[in-house]
Amino acid sequence: MKLAKTHPYIPNSDESAIRQMLSEIGLQSIAELFEDIPAAIRSKADLPVPSKMTELETRRHVEGLLAKNLSTRDVLSFLGAGVWSHHVPAAIDAIITRGEFLTSYTPYQPEISQGMLQAMFEYQSLICELTGMDYANSSLYDWSTALGEAARMAARVTGRYEFLFPKFIHPERLATLRTFCDPVDIKLVEVTQDKRSGSVDVSDLKNKLSSRTAGFYLEYPSFLGFVEQAVDEIEAAVHQVGSLFVAGCEPISLGALKPPSDFNTDIVVGEGQPLGSHMNYGGPLLGIFACRGETLLRQMPGRIIGKTTTQDGKRDAYCMALQTREQHIRREKATSNICTNEALLALAASMYLSLLGPKGMSEVCSAILDRTRYAIDSLRKLPGVVAPAFDAFHFMEFTVNFDKTGKKVSEINDGLLKAGIQGGLDLSSYFPELGQAALYCFTEVHTHRDIDMLADKLRMILEA
Amino acid sequence: MVFAQARWDEPLIIQLSRVGKIGFHESHSYDRTVLDLIPSRLRRKQPPSLPEVSEIEVVRHYTRLSQQNFGVDLGIYPLGSCTMKYNPKICDAIAASHKIQELHPYQDERTAQGILQILYEASDFLAKIVGMDKITLQPAAGAHGEYTGVLLMRAYHLDRGEKSRDEVIVPDSAHGTNPASAAMAGYKVVEVPSNSEGCVDKEALKSAVGPRTVGLMITNPNTLGIFERDILEIAKIVHDAGGLLYYDGANLNAIMGKAKPGDMGFDIVHINLHKTFATPHGGGGPGAGPVGVTRRLADYLPVPIVEFDGSKYYLDYNRSKSIGKVRAFHGSAAVVLRAYVYMLLHGKEGLQTVSEVAVLNANYMAQKLRKIKGFSLPFGEGAPRKHEFVLSASLLAKETGVSALQVGKRLLDFGVHPPTIYFPMIVEEAMMTEPTETVSKQELDKMIQAFERISEEAYAKSDQPATSPHATTVTRIDEARANRPKTMQLTWRSTNPTS
Repeated sequence: MKLAKTHPYIPNSDESAIRQMLSEIGLQSIAELFEDIPAAIRSKADLPVPSKMTELETRRHVEGLLAKNLSTRDVLSFLGAGVWSHHVPAAIDAIITRGEFLTSYTPYQPEISQGMLQAMFEYQSLICELTGMDYANSSLYDWSTALGEAARMAARVTGRYEFLFPKFIHPERLATLRTFCDPVDIKLVEVTQDKRSGSVDVSDLKNKLSSRTAGFYLEYPSFLGFVEQAVDEIEAAVHQVGSLFVAGCEPISLGALKPPSDFNTDIVVGEGQPLGSHMNYGGPLLGIFACRGETLLRQMPGRIIGKTTTQDGKRDAYCMALQTREQHIRREKATSNICTNEALLALAASMYLSLLGPKGMSEVCSAILDRTRYAIDSLRKLPGVVAPAFDAFHFMEFTVNFDKTGKKVSEINDGLLKAGIQGGLDLSSYFPELGQAALYCFTEVHTHRDIDMLADKLRMILEA
Repeated sequence: MVFAQARWDEPLIIQLSRVGKIGFHESHSYDRTVLDLIPSRLRRKQPPSLPEVSEIEVVRHYTRLSQQNFGVDLGIYPLGSCTMKYNPKICDAIAASHKIQELHPYQDERTAQGILQILYEASDFLAKIVGMDKITLQPAAGAHGEYTGVLLMRAYHLDRGEKSRDEVIVPDSAHGTNPASAAMAGYKVVEVPSNSEGCVDKEALKSAVGPRTVGLMITNPNTLGIFERDILEIAKIVHDAGGLLYYDGANLNAIMGKAKPGDMGFDIVHINLHKTFATPHGGGGPGAGPVGVTRRLADYLPVPIVEFDGSKYYLDYNRSKSIGKVRAFHGSAAVVLRAYVYMLLHGKEGLQTVSEVAVLNANYMAQKLRKIKGFSLPFGEGAPRKHEFVLSASLLAKETGVSALQVGKRLLDFGVHPPTIYFPMIVEEAMMTEPTETVSKQELDKMIQAFERISEEAYAKSDQPATSPHATTVTRIDEARANRPKTMQLTWRSTNPTS
């Protein structure tokens, strides 16, 4: 058998190192180490993948492929819907690419991992400040899986197996919720939302709430950007039957909106990507998960970091806490199977919230509200366009209805793309009852001129 | 062997806060009264109590914390089953492009052809490496891949009308995520014991399988680093009972180019990109856990799958038997991109070298360490190990009182991250060690010397192992205190009366 070829990432791939190591352990060849693999399953041919490239060749090749993509720096994009374009302060990328953080793993040895442990303790604390909740874990995969875990947790805590959700939920979140609930027979029940205001139909909710209800989930702000106003009333109804109230939050909005704790929320889930992480074509993302009270804490999925001291009591120190909920201790009785999480994105979120502080969060929220208002004012002037389609207060996103223009969203978006604009998300297949509607998103990255350009191009397309 | 980790005595970021500071550029181009548009019943009355700090303070704080953290870039990190290999910098450099960072998952596919091609080709390479027919890139981590895999088994059995199948079999040496993933899918977990070789006991397996069997979840090589040479028979036992065979890809780094799970009879495979394909572990994540399946399970994969019609790449949602979605959007594209770059940099020759040297390094170390007084290499006498091995410190513990935990803590003083300890549970005082292919002989020897020294210290009744670590940011931590209700503190806001 031929000897391995020298490779820059494999220090012992040169012949002399291999020979020396083999001889020290009494072997002739590396092949002997694989002889226990039965011949019937031992690979005879090379792997059917390309031959290796140099770093330079790889860079040229991959950057050549990436060049075919149009990013939000190449086109003006108004997409949101679960992943949002925000400014990421440069300091964040500078820190999260430091090898000490980037190339470490789960802090199983806390004494040598204090940096990440303290950062995760800070992350948990910052999420609790933002949401008003008592406890947060140190991350799940994304909002949708956090929702799935929340529904399961609600079922565990209440011993009930119905989970209620509002009609205009993010469709991908609902699809994920189903794959988390179906196998353990948690029944999902849809609650109507008013087609004009988007408000939860409280009488429908009350009809569906019962002693079988584990929880009710509300998105705040909603997937379609409107913000439910009757949260107090909803919460009271949910708690009256002994169910848990679960809120799904876009975290930037909490710089200006009432924190979910003000509505006696039991569990908060959300997407942490807007807090200092790039969109990355939808992943990796950051699942936020927080809860109130010790009973819920003990059922929370995911890793939790605690503050303690050294054994001699002289110094503060951090380590993993409540590990008896986790799979590596409890195996099939764990609260979740999660192991690898999204720690690096949680670190980015900590930095984002620290850099912005209360003032910066309020600032970003006001910039978003300014753009949202400006966009509503601009788009509603267009012939046949209804913006927003729901009569409600909106944050960052709103539905634009094009029914009266006689054009389909797909045609309009095609026209926009030709003009270098990525239009809003076409909702017509997700929610046919909304007609030809698109979900538009406006954040601090957009200028009034950008919005003027969108309005101009839309007018040209609609008048053509 | 001098190691000293930074000790900054760094306060919490909130303790650095001073009213009026900000780490963010304020804009003056618009009117703040827009906040009044928020209906008063929805308006936040008290701003969140976030820190008020300037950018330099944030940067210093987190730079100091980073110096109090150990990663692969700093030294050997042979954490068993975690494959803590070097993460090539070029992978991160390419992934820093706005051509990936600033792509939106819902953007028009015509403007995402580059990333779609990368995802498509990465799927193809991965499928070929593990010998599967079709891949989903969606799962965010290994355990998430396992859950996806168990759901695929469930969909397969339900589709065939076999509703009574409700037992997933795992070996007693399995990773904790295997039974946890099976339980999440509503299944009972049946554990089968290992035999004296550390492999699945076939007789026990035969009596465990039956009409209730969903499938068997195993790694190969197993968590002892031993190749399950009877894997074809094991596959037959499971398949004859109507069950499916699931491959936990945590140990794939051992066999690239040597053997494929597909050839061993596996139906479903998950692959940890953050292990075998060197994407950075990020202090706990992100990872990615793509799942590959054979043709008969392909219809059940989650949507969307990236496809190519001969002229363009696209996201295919049209799969009527799909289990649905296991997360939002299409997967962790930025992680898959890094793994794709890694695969190109190695190619078929390099990937095989990866496994050869990973196995050589593990065996070299195993043979050296087992000879050190107090240590042994239980199970599979004479069998070569693959990418990892499980050392036992039980003799050392009996004879000197120095446990695997203390050996691990003392290793920290030498700038060596300890192996995974107390796992698998079938080995007493276990130290599960996976050096990977990216460490040099010099580094391996340095770690071996550290073990020798610790053994000498233990037998000389030195108090060093018991009082270690000394060179880390903090000395031995009181973990019990972090878990006692009266002293538990999980945020900076919570205060305990006793603290």
